Amino acid sequence: MSRRFLTGAVSAGLVLVLAACGGTTKDDSSGSGAQQSTATANPNAAAKEGVKMAFLPKQLNNPYSDIEVSGGKAALGELKGEYKLVGPNDASASSQVSYINTLIQQQQDVIGIAANDPNAVCPSLNQARSAGIKVVAFDSDAAKDCRDVFINQATTQGIGEALAKQAKDLSGGSGEIAVLSATPNATNQNAWIEVLKKELAKPEYASLKLDKVAYGNDDDQKSFQEAQGLLQSFPNLKVIVAPTTVGIAAAARYVSSSSYKGKVAVTGLGTPNQMRAFVKDGTVKQFALWNPADIGYLAAYAGVALKSGQISGKDGEKFKAGKLGDYTIGANGEIVLGPPTTFDANNIDKFNF
Amino acid sequence: MSDQGNRLGRLLSWDAAVVLVTVTVLIVASGAVENFGTSRNFTFLLLDLLPIALVALPMTFIIVTGEIDLSVASTLGLTSAVMGSLWDAGLSIETIIPLCIVLGAVLGALNGFFVTVLKLPSLAVTIGTLALYRGLAFVVLGDGAVADFPRAYTSWVTGTLGDGPIPNVLVPLAVVALVFGVVLHATPIGRGVFAAGAGEQAARFAGIRTGRLKFWLYVVSGAVAGVAGVLWTLRYSSARADNGYGLELAVVAAVLLGGVSIFGGKGTLPGVLAGVVLLASLQNALRLQDVSNEALNIVTGVLLIVSVLLPNIVSSARTALRRRHRATAPSAVSPER
Repeated sequence: MSRRFLTGAVSAGLVLVLAACGGTTKDDSSGSGAQQSTATANPNAAAKEGVKMAFLPKQLNNPYSDIEVSGGKAALGELKGEYKLVGPNDASASSQVSYINTLIQQQQDVIGIAANDPNAVCPSLNQARSAGIKVVAFDSDAAKDCRDVFINQATTQGIGEALAKQAKDLSGGSGEIAVLSATPNATNQNAWIEVLKKELAKPEYASLKLDKVAYGNDDDQKSFQEAQGLLQSFPNLKVIVAPTTVGIAAAARYVSSSSYKGKVAVTGLGTPNQMRAFVKDGTVKQFALWNPADIGYLAAYAGVALKSGQISGKDGEKFKAGKLGDYTIGANGEIVLGPPTTFDANNIDKFNF
Repeated sequence: MSDQGNRLGRLLSWDAAVVLVTVTVLIVASGAVENFGTSRNFTFLLLDLLPIALVALPMTFIIVTGEIDLSVASTLGLTSAVMGSLWDAGLSIETIIPLCIVLGAVLGALNGFFVTVLKLPSLAVTIGTLALYRGLAFVVLGDGAVADFPRAYTSWVTGTLGDGPIPNVLVPLAVVALVFGVVLHATPIGRGVFAAGAGEQAARFAGIRTGRLKFWLYVVSGAVAGVAGVLWTLRYSSARADNGYGLELAVVAAVLLGGVSIFGGKGTLPGVLAGVVLLASLQNALRLQDVSNEALNIVTGVLLIVSVLLPNIVSSARTALRRRHRATAPSAVSPER
């Protein structure tokens, strides 16, 4: 009995394997059902009032995304639209889908989304678009064929160049520098560091030497210890570049309380509120970041422009974004916010985020 | 107790009450909540609850035997991660899917081995494998995602029958649910499951091999979590190590709400499925009303606590009543209730 069962099972398995031989693999071309918008834009159309726009950040109650959407709320106030904020409590890939579905049911006009996963949200975003909802991705893009435009806070190239320039300025043009990054597999950070390295290979940066890329895993304590380790291993270090808000704050805290204060510069990407004290006490001369509130602000203006028919998401279309001025849509529906803002003792008190 | 009393007891039983409450919620929400009763929302609702319902089937068996399996969501995640990396390696999807289900079964067998052969407490074992399998998932796929699955498969999983409200996936799952229901409530295996939960010793004396039974339940639970991992990956067309994160609690919550006793020996599959539908439709309806996540969590929490408290209150009230009866009529035969 059991032997017969075994024979049956084995032959069933064989059949499965044989059936699988002629199967669908990665190399089979799969046509992606890209939805290209066929709408034509009329740049002179009037901006609609009462546009219902819902923001769906990666997760709720995250300080950074709270600032982002506050900009969206302000913009919708200016545009006389209706602002709404929804989102999951965890930043997992699939949790956003049911929120998108709810927004479809509620017949929103625009969805502004920071995608946790570019593909997981794709089918439902396209369902939303077939229901007439405009989709603006911000901060973290969804796949290109499931959104109308993407608000990019800064280009990878722009950030990498800014980091290189900071290192050069603060080292006086020559000497040893080190990078304190987030996790070894952080997509953004790695891309920026790649650009930084390419910049450093150029002749105008020839006298700068990158000693090491250390990883603090975006954990305050680990970043603090890594900063300490860098300064112990490389006594001639002039600049620590930390392209992460956790890393820059931890490095600044260590340097400000050590004998290196005033000798070693800390720079990178940070928020004015966390860095204010270190700028005031002279540990940090300058650092950079885009203004997160402007991302949400621009997303809201882009959303209303889409809904009003002023733009459709094509390369070269132009629209006005309130206090931020005029914007032009680039390739693949990308709208770049602009170069990162540099913060120093002169301007830091103008910012509160 | 007479036949009539029995029938009344069944009608007032917890799982019947859950079914009733669920139907009520669905009707009220359709009337009161804008956009709830539409066919598109029905599809969204079903697609959201299907993975929970699927994993809840074997979970019901396991909890009825007095054990638990908290590693199901991590098994789902690891299956998804392996599915992604095999697809990247160029294997065909028709090979990958059975492999993933087998992988799920193997992961379940490991749980079963620890619980039944090494006689370790299942709560400790499956909390351990919850962490282990999720960790392995990140080892396999890291932080990345694999997304380019064949459209024929992904659109079938997200699609509906003839563009109606019924998701394609519901059909095979309904058959699976029916099989699980029949096995639990109408076969010797099911009787063995209840017996093992009611009292391990007694069940063994009655000739039920509880160890072997539980081992296979874990294997089935793992395999089903593997199937859920495949479906999840195709539905979101994204294989990720964090897929299904936290799903185990949603499943256990639905099972307990559906009237299964955490101590084993009691519960019905229709009650569990009603529990799944109740939690999902409440969530869906409240979200349509723009109720915040925090309030949603509070509602779910209160509902669960009530579901644990209420049967206890009812049964102690019954005992008190019976005692009073005995006090007033000490010589009477057991009174009809």
